[in-house]
Amino acid sequence: MKIIAVCGMGIGSSISLKMNAEKALEALGIKAEVEALDLRKAQNEGHSADIILTTDDLIPLLQELPGKLVEITYVWDLAEIREKLASALGQ
Amino acid sequence: MFELLDAALGEGSILLNQEASTVAECFTLAGNALEVSGRTTPEYTFEMIEVFNELGPYMVIAPNIALAHARPGSNVISTGLSLVTLNKPVEFGSKKFDPVNIVIGLAAVDHDAHIDLMAELSEFFMNVTNVNFLLQADEVGNVRALFR
Repeated sequence: MKIIAVCGMGIGSSISLKMNAEKALEALGIKAEVEALDLRKAQNEGHSADIILTTDDLIPLLQELPGKLVEITYVWDLAEIREKLASALGQ
Repeated sequence: MFELLDAALGEGSILLNQEASTVAECFTLAGNALEVSGRTTPEYTFEMIEVFNELGPYMVIAPNIALAHARPGSNVISTGLSLVTLNKPVEFGSKKFDPVNIVIGLAAVDHDAHIDLMAELSEFFMNVTNVNFLLQADEVGNVRALFR
């Protein structure tokens, strides 16, 4: 299982997304690698990701990737990320 | 309590009750504060504005809070933050979190050395009491006291 967390530059919201996704996965008891990526890198190298976590503005720019796109409204909200990850993972 | 935040905000990086009416003016304030505190070159400010023009309001990361930043590169001298509070809120075009009255400038030397800093940043700003205190603060010393 590979999860990528994507934001424009790969240093802001993607870092928060990655941190909260790791906490959420731990709570859900799921082992997965989470990588924070900037948009360009995600577009070029994100094809192997099963799940792509990102914010609404960037969703249209990541449609080409085969993985499941999960839109996160508020990257600092652990509860939202846990809920949406659980749903994306079919739990 | 928030030691990493305190350390990341260098001398001159906190500007309270500032006037701005556009995104570019907000980013210029945050960028100048990064530059004055020795984190970035002046070009970094222009990079931040370019990123906003290219990718839009996604940098409004939380209700009323923008995280202004560009990418790691030669215009970043060291990892750090700046913090600007605005007298009047500014519309950034964010459907979910407008208007903005706190602008945080972020400079990072790479993609992962500031992970713990981001954790502290979100912890601090998720607390409404901290945000309200910040918006009413007139003196940098009082803000510093909140971190210590």
